[in-house]
Amino acid sequence: MLRSYSLSEYTFLTAAVFSGMLTAAVFCFLFYFGLPLLQSGQLADLLFSSWSPGKGLYGIYPMLLSSLTLASLSMLISFPVSIGCSFIITALAPIRLRRVLLAMIRVMTGIPTVVYSFAALFFLVPLMRNLIGHGSGMSILTAAPVLALVIAPTMILFFVNSFNKVSPRFTLAAEALGCTKIQKILYVILPQAWPGVINGVLLGFGRAMGDTMVSLMLAGNSTAVPEAVTDSARTLTAHIALVLAFDFDSMEFKSIFVCGLCLYLLTASLMLLFRLSTAYFSKGR
Amino acid sequence: MRKNIFSIPIVITAAILFLFSASWSIASDDLSSFAQQKGTLRIAGGTAHIPVMKEAAKQIINFNPKIHISIAGGGSGLGIKQAGEGLVDIGNAGRKPSDQEIQKFDLKLLKWAVDGVGAVVHPTNKVQSLTSTQLQDIYSGKIGNWNEVGGIDRQIDLFTRDEASGTRKVFWKKALAKGDISTKANVVVSNGAMKTAVAGDPFAIGFVSVGHIDGSVTPVALDGITPTLETVRSGKYGVARGLYSLTKGEPTGLAKLFLDFLVSPTGQQIVADKGFIPVR
Repeated sequence: MLRSYSLSEYTFLTAAVFSGMLTAAVFCFLFYFGLPLLQSGQLADLLFSSWSPGKGLYGIYPMLLSSLTLASLSMLISFPVSIGCSFIITALAPIRLRRVLLAMIRVMTGIPTVVYSFAALFFLVPLMRNLIGHGSGMSILTAAPVLALVIAPTMILFFVNSFNKVSPRFTLAAEALGCTKIQKILYVILPQAWPGVINGVLLGFGRAMGDTMVSLMLAGNSTAVPEAVTDSARTLTAHIALVLAFDFDSMEFKSIFVCGLCLYLLTASLMLLFRLSTAYFSKGR
Repeated sequence: MRKNIFSIPIVITAAILFLFSASWSIASDDLSSFAQQKGTLRIAGGTAHIPVMKEAAKQIINFNPKIHISIAGGGSGLGIKQAGEGLVDIGNAGRKPSDQEIQKFDLKLLKWAVDGVGAVVHPTNKVQSLTSTQLQDIYSGKIGNWNEVGGIDRQIDLFTRDEASGTRKVFWKKALAKGDISTKANVVVSNGAMKTAVAGDPFAIGFVSVGHIDGSVTPVALDGITPTLETVRSGKYGVARGLYSLTKGEPTGLAKLFLDFLVSPTGQQIVADKGFIPVR
């Protein structure tokens, strides 16, 4: 009995270590291939110049800016919707409706982003073209709501989970004191569950940064620095997808390792930052 | 893995039907070499090639359902790379690979068609003729509004292809005289996507392989010459290139049979039917 227990334990440990190492290995891989560029002191050039291979410029500044803008904008749209949805699902709606809503949200998490993008290409793009009045209708503003739709289910599920974990002692006490449902949510559940909310936001933002299809199909992929959200723009992920077809030895191809590295570090450091701050604040209380 | 991520939007995996049609058993002699064959043939690369590839694959599979042929896009750069690495049996390219690429990968080339690349606009666009200078200025961003070239007062929506595209390369070299392409241009990843984009946007201008031009987009005459099959064939319309299929080393097995089929009379008829100019 004891032996089989330790065996399964070892199996799990191996699996955990293996997947952890994979993440590290990806980083090493990107770093190794990006190193020649980083060493030659071109890092600042790469980060702050524009992309124009014909002129020997391989900068990723426009893509970096587009990625951050698009992810933030979609977060801005998605967060209020998601938190509202999770309030409804955890506390406001009748029990039966809650189950239906939750089931729908679960289905939504599984829909591939290419499906959303494809639908948006035919409905949202012409609409945006008419609304904006100039440009092709492919812009950051077109991609943002679709991306918001993509990241919402993840966030909602996370929020719902953390709301449900709030101890019934608090919620029952609040109800006993005569709190309305809204008061219960705002003054009891939310303050208790906020680390979960932040984690959900974090995951959502990570997904928004990492998604390729939505921006590749809807944002227009122009390499100019976007001056407004109605401009066509290319994200880091779409850039990698577009440049992959180049020859291995070309400078274009090498530069996308730096792109990948940027994406990796950006997401990782954001995660780390949020984790640390949640840990710090929850200790302080 | 990397290839998969890239190919998702454009893979037109020809999961071509296994129609058992007895009528094909009396097909032309050109197909007869496929009779006793079976196996899988993987093709990827240039997106201009796809209509011909699909039709050829369809005829071969109808003739002998034991042969599987998968056709993916990805662009000329990808075709050269994947053929060179042996990831696909046949890589397609809409430009001649550089000497360096040929040498490094030991590529063998087969040119089986000539294809023009023409600027296209939405059918409702009044501007259906431009001079070279106007086209260059539009692409460099110097001309930004359709009314500067005789159209309505509306910003021009520029569409271009990714830098690894063979179609882009020939258009840039021969139609734009190696001029700048504005960074504000939208970028799409295949001839098909370009056609869809321009067909859906009344204010767009893009460029596609002449074989892809149909009723959904209108070709723009360049210096008075409309890019059509006839003008490309006669050489009057100069923005043209060869369509190549590449193999790593001398082609063998199914790849060889497939390439032989492309240059056979039946294959060349497909080439002509799809709007390209046969080489034989």
